[in-house]
Amino acid sequence: MSIHDEEILGKAYDARLMRRLLTYLRPYTRHVALALAAIISASVLQLSQPYLMKLAIDRYIATGDLHGLNRIAMAFVAILFAAFALDYIQTWTLQMTGQRIMFDLRMQVYGHLQRLDLQFYDRNPVGRLMTRVTTDVDVLNDMFTSGVVSIFGDVFTLLGIMIVLITMDWRLALVAFSVLPLIVIVTQWFRRNVRESYRTVRTWIARINAFLQEHITGMPTVQLFRRERRAYERFDGINRAHRDANVDSIFYYAVFYPLVEVVGALASALIIWYGGGWTLQGTIAIGSLVAFLLYSQRFFRPISDMSEKFNVLQAAMASSERIFKLLDTPVQITSGLGARGSGLGSQERPMLRATHAPSARPDAGEGHIAFEQVSFAYNPGEYVLRDVSFEVRPGERLGIVGATGAGKSTLINLLLRFYDVTEGRILIDGRDVRDMELAEVRRLFSLVLQDVHLFSGTIADNIRLGERSIDDERVRRAAQAVHADRFVQALPLGYASPVAERGATLSVGQKQLLSFARALAFNPRVLVLDEATSSVDTETELLIRDALHVLMAGRTTIAIAHRLSTIQDMDKILVLHKGQLRESGRHQDLLAQRGIYYKLYQLQYRDQDVG
Amino acid sequence: MGPAFRRLLPYVLRYRRRFAIGLTCVVITTAIQLVSPWVLKYAIDDITRGATRQKLALYAALLVGVASVGAVFRFLMRRILIGASRDIEYDVRNAFFARLQQMPLGYYQARRTGDLMSRATNDLNAVRMMIGPAVMYSTNTILMFVVAIGIMLSIDTRLTLIALLPLPLVSISVKYFGSAIHKRFESIQAQLSDLSAVVQEALAGVRVVRAYNQEPHEIARFKAANAEYVRRNRVLIRLQGLFYPSLTLFLGFGAVLVLWLGSREVIRGRITLGEFVAFNGYLVMLSWPMIAFGWVTNILQRGMASWKRMLEVIDAVPAITDDHVTEAGRAAPLLGAIELRHLTFAYPGSGAPVLADVSLTVSAGQTVALVGATGSGKSTLISLLPRLHEPPPGTVLLDGIDVREIPLAALRGAIGFVPQEPFLFSDTIAANIGFGVHDEAPENRMRAAAAVARLDKDVEAFPAAYDTVVGERGITLSGGQKQRTALARAIMMDPRVLILDDALSAVDTYTEEEILARLRAVMRQRTAIIVAHRVSTVREADLICVLDKGRIVERGRHDDLVAHGGLYAALYRKQLLEEELAAS
Ligand SMILES: Nc1ncnc2c1ncn2[C@@H]1O[C@H](COP(=O)(O)OP(=O)(O)OP(=O)(O)O)[C@@H](O)[C@H]1O
Ligand SMILES: Nc1ncnc2c1ncn2[C@@H]1O[C@H](COP(=O)(O)OP(=O)(O)OP(=O)(O)O)[C@@H](O)[C@H]1O
Ligand SMILES: [Mg+2]
Ligand SMILES: [Mg+2]
Repeated sequence: MSIHDEEILGKAYDARLMRRLLTYLRPYTRHVALALAAIISASVLQLSQPYLMKLAIDRYIATGDLHGLNRIAMAFVAILFAAFALDYIQTWTLQMTGQRIMFDLRMQVYGHLQRLDLQFYDRNPVGRLMTRVTTDVDVLNDMFTSGVVSIFGDVFTLLGIMIVLITMDWRLALVAFSVLPLIVIVTQWFRRNVRESYRTVRTWIARINAFLQEHITGMPTVQLFRRERRAYERFDGINRAHRDANVDSIFYYAVFYPLVEVVGALASALIIWYGGGWTLQGTIAIGSLVAFLLYSQRFFRPISDMSEKFNVLQAAMASSERIFKLLDTPVQITSGLGARGSGLGSQERPMLRATHAPSARPDAGEGHIAFEQVSFAYNPGEYVLRDVSFEVRPGERLGIVGATGAGKSTLINLLLRFYDVTEGRILIDGRDVRDMELAEVRRLFSLVLQDVHLFSGTIADNIRLGERSIDDERVRRAAQAVHADRFVQALPLGYASPVAERGATLSVGQKQLLSFARALAFNPRVLVLDEATSSVDTETELLIRDALHVLMAGRTTIAIAHRLSTIQDMDKILVLHKGQLRESGRHQDLLAQRGIYYKLYQLQYRDQDVG
Repeated sequence: MGPAFRRLLPYVLRYRRRFAIGLTCVVITTAIQLVSPWVLKYAIDDITRGATRQKLALYAALLVGVASVGAVFRFLMRRILIGASRDIEYDVRNAFFARLQQMPLGYYQARRTGDLMSRATNDLNAVRMMIGPAVMYSTNTILMFVVAIGIMLSIDTRLTLIALLPLPLVSISVKYFGSAIHKRFESIQAQLSDLSAVVQEALAGVRVVRAYNQEPHEIARFKAANAEYVRRNRVLIRLQGLFYPSLTLFLGFGAVLVLWLGSREVIRGRITLGEFVAFNGYLVMLSWPMIAFGWVTNILQRGMASWKRMLEVIDAVPAITDDHVTEAGRAAPLLGAIELRHLTFAYPGSGAPVLADVSLTVSAGQTVALVGATGSGKSTLISLLPRLHEPPPGTVLLDGIDVREIPLAALRGAIGFVPQEPFLFSDTIAANIGFGVHDEAPENRMRAAAAVARLDKDVEAFPAAYDTVVGERGITLSGGQKQRTALARAIMMDPRVLILDDALSAVDTYTEEEILARLRAVMRQRTAIIVAHRVSTVREADLICVLDKGRIVERGRHDDLVAHGGLYAALYRKQLLEEELAAS
């Protein structure tokens, strides 16, 4: 199974899902009650129309009473307007309730996504998660607005008709009901097959979305490598499979509706045969027979109606199953129980606390960092870091070097609690990070990621993100410190210039500078740089380094770099090799050790020397 | 509706036979729907008159028979029409994707992924609803309407006209609400696109969001988009809430008029009571088509609004095509001699040129290095060679032929490109390396390419080796591993021209040295353009060009440039100085 595949859905536990879904209705019981009342009153009004007609005929037309007729017509008009108003109220309350519930649900799903572990994001493509928030929720909306409520109506109609039939003539009622087992069989067959085929359809839809998402973002690569035809063929294959799965499911629908009608006709035929016979014998009145026929027809309409809604329900069940599954995915990395002032369940509301916490608090805590025998594996058993121990004192400047894939970025991932250590522990000011509040830990740091990410918005937005306390002046100063100010000023709108998705219209170095500026604007206790200047020219890099000396004086800096020159004047340098900490110390000490660092250095130095 | 509708026709007409058959089935189904009440009526009349048992059996059989025949056609109708709509959906989706594939880089830079995705999913669905179910039901509806009116006319022309008096109101209502719904729906779909884009971006940038504690901000942003979506829906709901009942209301006016005027006719003895009752019965028959009519209008309007949004993509004109291809271009041997002639380039829509009057000649087999400050235009320059962006005519030449005259496939096939920010697909490492190779390449070639990029030692440490599936965009690889996979991917193509855009920036010095040594062997037989910031990477090049603000300000070999004492020499000294400082 590739990560594109929708998780195979478990057995549908419709009842449980349904109960859980209905809990979302709870805040809106009053609205739903109003809608139900409107529906019922509307149908009463609907029924009163034939009665008025009968009244008009029996009473007034027969007697030629024009005044009476006028009154009836007036009443009729009044009823029409009342029905109009009721219809409007019903549509409005029902659909708005649906919208509000969708709003709640979307917020809940999105809020959960904002807490889920990064490990989860490693496994789930963004395209799929987007489907959860948008399409899946919309499918549920269909159910709330067209499905559930009217199904209640249908059930009541069915029960009512059954009672009427039995009281009219129980023998004939039995005859009519004798076809019910057939209905049950047909419905069961339909449900089983439709559920299966619907799942297949969903799987293919998910694949189409994941494929599209990936190929839209990677289209330049597709084009550069002339993969258009192959990509098209693959897309065509998925698209075709999706169509075929759909056509399969049409078959079940196409068979089901007519089948229900045939069964209905069968009931009518039986009523004619038996009922007609009894009428001929005189045991049943012709009027009753006619009424019976009419009612039995009414009986089958809700059944086929209900199955029409089954479509909607089915889709809703599948969607809600996936949504709930996402909501039930546990969040492993949460604020610790020992977190300061965590009166409320820390698992539940880290979001809320983060909202109220002031953002940049450079002087909060000392910022003493210690790794104690930390081992880590992304996948169980495949250790990426082994037994790493080191400490960083407040104000110290730490460099990390090592071959690509040695585990440098992973160290940072652990420090910011993107992942939790497998063994050992990480302490900040003597406290295990797992015991601290998440926001508290992360607030200590500003991180320049190896993979730069910019958001669409303006340049200034990208530097300050959502932090309103960072004013324009601070944004500018941060940009100046990394020498991004020059190119930003050259843009037509300066700091208000729009940035495309992922910063696509900037050069890679410019993007890196902006994300560096972002880190500085947050004025952190600890600055963490993961290859922060790898795409920046030497001149700018040197200028930034000088600026940092001033800016970060007295504060901690952790820098990962491949260019030894970037880190050689650091207070301490760690040399990571295949996940293990092999050497550590100052530049000169490391050179004296004649180990890995020395070899790396030789290489660079010799290289320069040749020229 | 006009032009957009006309663009839909070809897709529909492709299945005209099936639509013809399907619609015939609708007609038959409707007819049978109208027949079965008659059977019942005759049966009851007969029973009233005292029929025989055989007759009863006959009627019973007839009922089931008619229903069965109806069932067959109903089955066919659904199967054929909805099936055809699925076929059209399939065609449209393919057309959508095919068009996306032709759109150049610039198109994607100006758009948001979430928006395009939303068009491909939500909008396509609305279009399919319009083609399938809406067509099926509207045919059925219109037929019922026509038949009922026909029967009513046969009973009493005057009453029928009276009953239909409110019809203009209906058409005004449909017209007004129809276009209002259309507009609203357009704005809702646009907002849905927006919502998707917000989600897409926040999830793609999840690490930044977490690192900076921006979850509350992102949630607030999403909440705003979500609330706006609900707000726009609210307006649509209000329209719908008025629209559907208004149709019933107008029909009701007709009924009142019939009751009011018709009853007078009865009293005056112009028509019989029986006729009056029957007439009213048929009037009731109109109520279902009326409701369906509103529903169909809604779906049609939504469908057309969505179709327009899809057309914006399907009808987009690709800016970079094979339109200028010439015979010479087609026959070009593509040996790898590159020439830039007074190349001046500005990104469309943004004024100032990024490259100004750049001229450069690279003979086949040469290695050229580009250095220059951040934003000086290096990536822009090399992106013009494989026509990721379109160079002005006659400025970029391969083997003496304007690249615009060479078929895109041939041009790009001759170039191995390692972008500055590599994009990997969530597939196996092997598939990613073999991405540019179209036939089944032997495994050892793949391994050889990986070895040149020094990816081999990393991959062999993975439990699944080359079959390791990487995450989205290669997320489960380290920065250097991603870069080297992209490098191996380009080498694997065995191209005439190799372009490396700062392709070793995330690789440690030691590995870089190893790679460069192996690359030298690879590059010996090909033209190479290397962009880098480190002197160590470029010093061996046959020609080094220094770009400054979009101009080539210096060119020459390493030694000459160092001796010349310009920008390059300054750069060199800076890097050298660093090292020396450290060594001291
Ligand atoms: N999310 C992940 N899931 C699984 N494995 C991962 C993940 N991220 C990294 N790895 C693996 O862990 C190892 C260490 O990766 P890491 O990113 O820490 O390396 P690095 O030292 O930063 O390398 P580089 O210098 O290339 O950036 C690599 O082998 C990588 O493939
Ligand atoms: N698609 C685009 N639309 C508009 N402007 C762009 C676009 N792409 C790049 N630019 C601008 O063009 C200039 C040159 O960008 P380019 O990417 O060529 O720089 P570069 O030399 O490769 O820099 P780096 O060393 O940072 O990669 C920059 O100022 C950049 O902002
Ligand atoms: Mg890394
Ligand atoms: Mg560049």
